[in-house]
Amino acid sequence: MSSRSVTENYARKHGKVYWLFHDSFVITWRNLLRFRRNPEVLFFDVVQPIIFILLFAFVFGGAIDVGDGNYRSFLIPGIFVQTIAFAGASAAIGLNADMNSGIIDRFKSLPMNTLGVLLGQNFADLARSVITLFIMSLTGLAIGWRISGGFINAVYAYLLLLFFCFAMAWIGATIGLSVSSPQVASTAGFAWLFPLTFLSNAFVPSETLPSWLRIFAEWNPITSIVAAERYLFGYPVPVAADAPFSLQHPILTTIIWLIVITAIFMPLAGRKFRKATSR
Amino acid sequence: MSIAIEANNLVKHYGEVKALDGLSLKVEQGSVFGLLGPNGAGKTTTVRVLTTLLNPDSGTAFVSGVDVINDPVHAREIMGLSGQSATVDENLTGIENLVMLGRLFRLPRKEANEKAIELLERFNLTDASKRIVKTYSGGMRRRLDLAASLIANPNILFLDEPTTGLDPRSRIMMWDVIKGLVSSGTTVLLTTQYLEEADQLADKIAVIDKGKVIAQGTADELKTQVGGERIDVVVDESKAQNAAATLKNIASGPVVVDGEHVQAPVTGGGVKVVDAVRALDAASIVIKEIQLRRPTLDDVFLTLTGHHAEEVKVEDELVDSKRGRK
Repeated sequence: MSSRSVTENYARKHGKVYWLFHDSFVITWRNLLRFRRNPEVLFFDVVQPIIFILLFAFVFGGAIDVGDGNYRSFLIPGIFVQTIAFAGASAAIGLNADMNSGIIDRFKSLPMNTLGVLLGQNFADLARSVITLFIMSLTGLAIGWRISGGFINAVYAYLLLLFFCFAMAWIGATIGLSVSSPQVASTAGFAWLFPLTFLSNAFVPSETLPSWLRIFAEWNPITSIVAAERYLFGYPVPVAADAPFSLQHPILTTIIWLIVITAIFMPLAGRKFRKATSR
Repeated sequence: MSIAIEANNLVKHYGEVKALDGLSLKVEQGSVFGLLGPNGAGKTTTVRVLTTLLNPDSGTAFVSGVDVINDPVHAREIMGLSGQSATVDENLTGIENLVMLGRLFRLPRKEANEKAIELLERFNLTDASKRIVKTYSGGMRRRLDLAASLIANPNILFLDEPTTGLDPRSRIMMWDVIKGLVSSGTTVLLTTQYLEEADQLADKIAVIDKGKVIAQGTADELKTQVGGERIDVVVDESKAQNAAATLKNIASGPVVVDGEHVQAPVTGGGVKVVDAVRALDAASIVIKEIQLRRPTLDDVFLTLTGHHAEEVKVEDELVDSKRGRK
């Protein structure tokens, strides 16, 4: 058939990597269309970040003393990080839903690269995070938060948040591909994030914690990235001279953490995905 | 005649369960092949192997000469699959689904768009093309799913229970759609639990049970083998064996007794009912009820295997297909 050969010629024109990204972007587009129609996603991406910023700023703002008195500047990077961390849950839920629906059979029956389903989920979560960060930044600016670390540092700050989203989404993907149902994926996708984000310096200075929790908090990747964000946005929190390496060098520590997380969970999710879609 | 689909000695175990037990079949190019069997007979497993979704434990399979097991990517370019559970994205509109799948078939953007519009038109879905699939009726979903399997103009099409769970009107509509496809030269392998459906659509039918083909032929050949029609007689249970012996002379195959029911396959229709009534009357057996009917899948099974096809309620199947099969 004539259009058959057109397809084949077109398909042969490019290499494997081109098609992996092509397929991933098609799936990304599809996931974004799905998000747009899901009121829950809209709530998580738009309404919840605004509520969080307003809530913490006005309710806890007066009660928590962070030293120099500017709790908003202290707080907003923490909320950014916590909100982005929850991208992991989105990946867990999205992938699990796909694996449990008939659509995965359709994808498998196509001459596509099915790894595009995995990458497309991650890219779509990244796109969501861009929107969420934009909305949170506007809300923050409206209540008096300012970026005062310079333009370049601000760009780094946002890039680091997106790298963080990328890494967290691989953990979420691994969880989503390991559990049986979307309900479990939803619970398991969120459960580990609460202790992780609250046992950090995101909302309170880590010095206020009891010592055993303090050690955990000091080496928690959330703490590193929050400290890095505070520095890059121009509100570094003073660090004691005897503070551990992770607090002395938060940006470096964060990057190491994110590379390690990605190096472990990206292949793990890939293997789980291959196993789940194998014949 | 060249062979479009070929399976040789397929075996697949799921733990202790033997889903396929040496299944072989050959489908001629441009024909419609019906795979008929009850739930659990191995129909879906066969389709999943032939469409590269599942690797068999042993055996070989080819579509248009391409090795399905060793060259799955190439094989996928040749064929289309419309599954038992509709395999479209519920949160996308009809047109978005088809464009997405067209793009994943590596069609250029413009061609994917044109193809989507053309298919929606062809399957009578143009008005619903901008609606989210969640709002579609069962019949519309199946049509969209079938449209999705035709995006790359496959020469070979697999339809796994295309009408299961549909109301009679949607079923007949689906039959017309499938007939249209066949007339344009596509080779179709379809699975079904309904003898009538295989009869309507298939040039050749294979009856499968417990992962094996137990009978093969055209619908007519199969029916003759099973007996063209069935006379069902209800008599007093104590007289059932007697009645069976009496009906043996009229029957075209073995007579089956089940409690007070006696079933005799016949060819020749109404005349045979008269014969049956006369014979039973002469043997002074009182007839409580008598009817003539067309054979069902259950009759085919009863004749070929001696056991009933386990009928599963349509509702259960719908739940199963929603849950997704593993």
